[in-house]
Amino acid sequence: METVTLTIKNQPGLFLEADSITPDAFAGKKAEEIVDLPVYVGRDEHRLGDFFEVSGRAGATPAETKIVVNGDLSRVKYIGMKMTGGEVVANGNADMYVGAWMQGGKITVNGNVDAFAGTGMKGGEILINGNAGNYLGAAYRGDWRGMAGGKIIVKGNAGSDLGTFMNGGEIIVGGDVDVHVATHAEGGKIVIKGNAKRRLGGQMVEGEIYVFGDIELMMPGFAYRKDVDIEVDGTKGLFALYEGDLGERHRKRKGQMIYGKLYQRIRA
Amino acid sequence: MTKTITDVVCPFCGTLCDDLEVVVSDDGKKLLEVYNACAIGAEKFLHSQAKDRITRPRMRQEDGSWKEISYDEAADYTARMLADAKKPLMYGWSSTNCEAQSVGSEIGEAVGAVMDNTATVCHGTSLIAVQDIGIPSCTLGEVKNRADRILFWGCNPAHAHPRHMSRYSIFPRGFFTGKGHTGRKVIVVDPRVTDTARVADVHLQIEQGHDYELLDALRVAFKGEQLPDVVAGIPKAKIYEVAETLKSGRFAIIFFGMGVTQSIGKNHNIDAAIAVTRDLNEYTKAAIMPMRGHYNVTGSGQVWGWQFGFPFAVDLSRGFARYNPGETTSNDLLRRDEVDAVFVLGSDPGAHFPFSSVRKIYDLPSVAVEPHETPTTEICKVHVPVAFVGVEVGGCAYRMDNVPIETRKVVDAPEGMMTDEEFLKSVLMRVREIKGV
Amino acid sequence: MAEFLIKNGFVFDPILGIKGDVADIAIKDGKIVETSAVTKPKIIDAAGKTVMAGGVDIHAHVAGPKVNIGRNFRPEDKLFNCTPGHGIERMQGGFSVPTTIRTGYNYARMGYTTVMEAAMPPLYARHTHEEMRDTPILDQGAYPVFGNNWFVLEYLKNHEIENTAAYIAWLLRATKGYAVKVVNPGGTEAWAWGLNCDNVHDPVPYFDITPAQIIKGLIEANEYLGLPHSMHMHANNLGNPGNYTTTLDSFKLSEGIKPNSKFGRDQVMHHTHVQFHSYGGDSWANVESKAKEIMGYVNSHDNITIDMGQVTLDETTTMTADGPFEHHLTELNHLKWANADVELETGSGVVPYIYSPNIKVCAIQWCIGLELALLAKDPMRVFMTTDHPNAGPFIRYPRIMKWLMSQEAREQQIDAFKYKDKVIDATNLAGIDRELDLYEIAQMTRAGPAKSLGLAHMYGGLAPGLEADVAVFDFNPNESYVPDDIENAFSNARHLFKAGVQIISDHEIVSNGNKRTLWVNARVNENPQVMRDVKEKFLRYYTVTLNNYEVSGHYLPNPYVIEVDATQ
Repeated sequence: METVTLTIKNQPGLFLEADSITPDAFAGKKAEEIVDLPVYVGRDEHRLGDFFEVSGRAGATPAETKIVVNGDLSRVKYIGMKMTGGEVVANGNADMYVGAWMQGGKITVNGNVDAFAGTGMKGGEILINGNAGNYLGAAYRGDWRGMAGGKIIVKGNAGSDLGTFMNGGEIIVGGDVDVHVATHAEGGKIVIKGNAKRRLGGQMVEGEIYVFGDIELMMPGFAYRKDVDIEVDGTKGLFALYEGDLGERHRKRKGQMIYGKLYQRIRA
Repeated sequence: MTKTITDVVCPFCGTLCDDLEVVVSDDGKKLLEVYNACAIGAEKFLHSQAKDRITRPRMRQEDGSWKEISYDEAADYTARMLADAKKPLMYGWSSTNCEAQSVGSEIGEAVGAVMDNTATVCHGTSLIAVQDIGIPSCTLGEVKNRADRILFWGCNPAHAHPRHMSRYSIFPRGFFTGKGHTGRKVIVVDPRVTDTARVADVHLQIEQGHDYELLDALRVAFKGEQLPDVVAGIPKAKIYEVAETLKSGRFAIIFFGMGVTQSIGKNHNIDAAIAVTRDLNEYTKAAIMPMRGHYNVTGSGQVWGWQFGFPFAVDLSRGFARYNPGETTSNDLLRRDEVDAVFVLGSDPGAHFPFSSVRKIYDLPSVAVEPHETPTTEICKVHVPVAFVGVEVGGCAYRMDNVPIETRKVVDAPEGMMTDEEFLKSVLMRVREIKGV
Repeated sequence: MAEFLIKNGFVFDPILGIKGDVADIAIKDGKIVETSAVTKPKIIDAAGKTVMAGGVDIHAHVAGPKVNIGRNFRPEDKLFNCTPGHGIERMQGGFSVPTTIRTGYNYARMGYTTVMEAAMPPLYARHTHEEMRDTPILDQGAYPVFGNNWFVLEYLKNHEIENTAAYIAWLLRATKGYAVKVVNPGGTEAWAWGLNCDNVHDPVPYFDITPAQIIKGLIEANEYLGLPHSMHMHANNLGNPGNYTTTLDSFKLSEGIKPNSKFGRDQVMHHTHVQFHSYGGDSWANVESKAKEIMGYVNSHDNITIDMGQVTLDETTTMTADGPFEHHLTELNHLKWANADVELETGSGVVPYIYSPNIKVCAIQWCIGLELALLAKDPMRVFMTTDHPNAGPFIRYPRIMKWLMSQEAREQQIDAFKYKDKVIDATNLAGIDRELDLYEIAQMTRAGPAKSLGLAHMYGGLAPGLEADVAVFDFNPNESYVPDDIENAFSNARHLFKAGVQIISDHEIVSNGNKRTLWVNARVNENPQVMRDVKEKFLRYYTVTLNNYEVSGHYLPNPYVIEVDATQ
């Protein structure tokens, strides 16, 4: 694997749209070609090199390409968008759409990310060592096909609208989450190791939510079923199982109605 | 002698009453009386006659005073501001006609603006919900002619849409509703005892900010599943009872307002309300409708819909249309310093945006096109007064149920004043000159 | 205006009867003229290329309230496909429900120059016209819907044809409409109560009339007026297994009625998107093609024309004034559902839908549409449509041409179906080896629909005197080609002329044309009763006043009025 290192040298006047910072766009290119990739500030097109020092070279394919981005990226959007393979490491806070519509490879953010990270994600892995903003692993507006696969791990907290219309894959949040988790979900798995607020599993058809801490208010559409001993992301414990959203439509499989499942830890 | 103009359309709220009668002087220059309008609508017409009305563009000077400028100078300033900006915000568009909105779209395309309308602080969340789940709806005449279950959720038409209840929802006698209000059951969901709640058969005094939970509970009740004892401060027996009332009607309609669109959960509340409506269609006929505020905010969403494909928060900066509320919405753009100039037409963000956003507008190059003096004109660098749409110039507007109605001109604007459309056309011409296209 | 001479192309034109012979086409003052009539024409070299009249789409949902619902409630339909302006083109977006601007340009790229909006709710006519105004290049007209209108239901309950005709004439003028459209007659009114009319004898709640009475009465009223187009029909029971009997029952209601039109059409009923109406079986498990039965009827009754409603196997957005059908569809696929019932007039619904080649029913639907066209004895009466965007987006027309013109292309698609054997068992397509030629395609896409619309005096051919709507495609029918060459060539016209203006030059859009809106002004004897009824209904039941209802002229900046005198 070859490595390209980007270090931000000029902050954009407004925000930088850098959907070219992906192994897919870099693959097969040398540093002097990578600096010419287009980025945008408002309606103006610029070169990546206008904002970043670029060194190293990319591998022949996305899978053989690693990109390290250094500096304050809190005004840089779209890092790793639509990537299909390889690796991106962002050493700093990143703005919106990190790993949006990602299909493969791995993104590590050593900092926080703003909203819409992992939007419409299909595969690959996003590791956020700080906090995530709203709409983590959610669907794009209007799409009933949200996160379909892959894995998102957030060490810190996540915002609201986590995993909206989630259909598959896994999201693990180390800390707390804001309101509306797995709304309209039809699959996938969300693990919240801290506390949750309200509106977990609203309009949920299918899928799993695990909460280790407190839930401020349970949806009226979730009914307690039983206690279960399970292991979640390496943690064993006794969990109370709720099923819902009872107000929503559900499928039958083998004569059995399939509900969304919400597990809340009773004790470790 | 005076003249009476009939079938006049009221350019105030999304109810878009079109049965007003306006008496004007013989020369068509003075508006004397307004009949059939509500107090707010009448005031809108009469306000155009204010003696101290600003009739020429003006520019803020360094010492804070205003200097009168010509429309040409105002158009030139506006065009330069938009052409110089990397990502200007063009906001408002809700109190003007579709013709002006269309010219605005062309300017927005030429300069790479973000186009946003007042839905962004009002029913934009409803539009998001519609994108997620759809919307079974109807025209207001369907309500008048058929509805026997009327549910107002988080809205207070008695004050915000004063003629709504008499023209469309509670009182009118229609084809299948010959008994008027006595044949209808009216339910109000509101944490406050509003004047609308006072005329209701049932008032669910919901715990503030628990709309999503109560809507979910209704869905659970429709399916006959068990509920917790109390949801959102309402005992479960009451919830089952209201669910039954809705199901047992022949035609149920839910009207909702900013009490649910802008409280916690926003679009999710509307999403759940629409889900309730969908569910009701399993048992009977049901529809749901947002109580749109500005008289043509709906039209703005329609015009942008057919021109760009999105009803609000349309980012044209990269030369093509993008849309994602949370990013491309006015307050997010201002909060995050994503835009570098602000153009406002047909709305008053100075009064309706959070102070932090208003402050940002104040700090940026800014132009307000607006017949009145408003908090927005106070903070903008240039104020361009224009003729009142629906009073001094006609043009198309869309009612809250998306029905397009052509507003009428009833009096002349003061001598030499431009309309929104005329001013925008001169800005567009200047933008094209500056850009050499 | 500029003169053009399109030289040496292979011309396919049913009006001139030219079947691929090399011929020159001359254009002057917006019309086709004899080649001797041009003096200093600009020469367009069409050697080795195909030349046809501009395409005419008889049925598409391209403008108006439900189309815009489709746009606004599907941001995901525009994700990553919005494109910047370019040259004279404005920015564009949308796949299954494109913006008006993309609609105009994409039709032009396929060589189409006339497109009819298939369903206009009268109360929303102003909106429909605003969208058509913003659709560049194309000549357009819109069909107001009548089949669930309270006036019509009340008049036809007593078979009052003259009153119905007077009301139709009034409404066409008020809405600037083109033809009489009927969608699920009675069923959409029933849907206002959550009900439906499942067959032609299923009475409409309260109104005490059957769909059969509505259908027959509207055909008769249409012929009473002698409108350019016939009654344009979307029957009851769309999209349901076993519905072909309802379709045949509906067809039969046209029997014995003779066309009364000086506009050259021979039919009294145009039935649209017949693919959706040709299902046998009694459930989705045993649904099968009844295209043979349907075409057996159509082929032997020349007072009917139909269009296909071909499924294109895409993700799309369904939209129809058939409100109960859309509710049925959302119950099946659980996707978002919009419904818009319109007071006293009609309703509509919108639901996204994915026609997947991996789903048996979708593949059967695909076969049925093609069977209708391939079993057609008279291509002048069977037209190519997708009921855009219901069975697929109109941009797939060139792909449908490929399927119709190449058995190899059809076999490739059948082989790709997941349930190939079951699909073959339930349909006739695999046994049909007919390959249409470009002359027949020109009949199905140009001359036929123009004639059915009563517009053969303007569109559909290359005879002198017709509008100079001419398309040139990079396709040499005399050289060997693979099926995909057809699709590629007809997706991207080399040149296009609309009313004598060059719209496309070397694949580039170079003009926005002079778009016209067609509407029909039918004059009838004064009818005080109908005018009294109109006033009363507006006073008592409508929520807009009568004086605010009529669409005024400036919504049609370039109108083309077709005058009809039905006074007696």
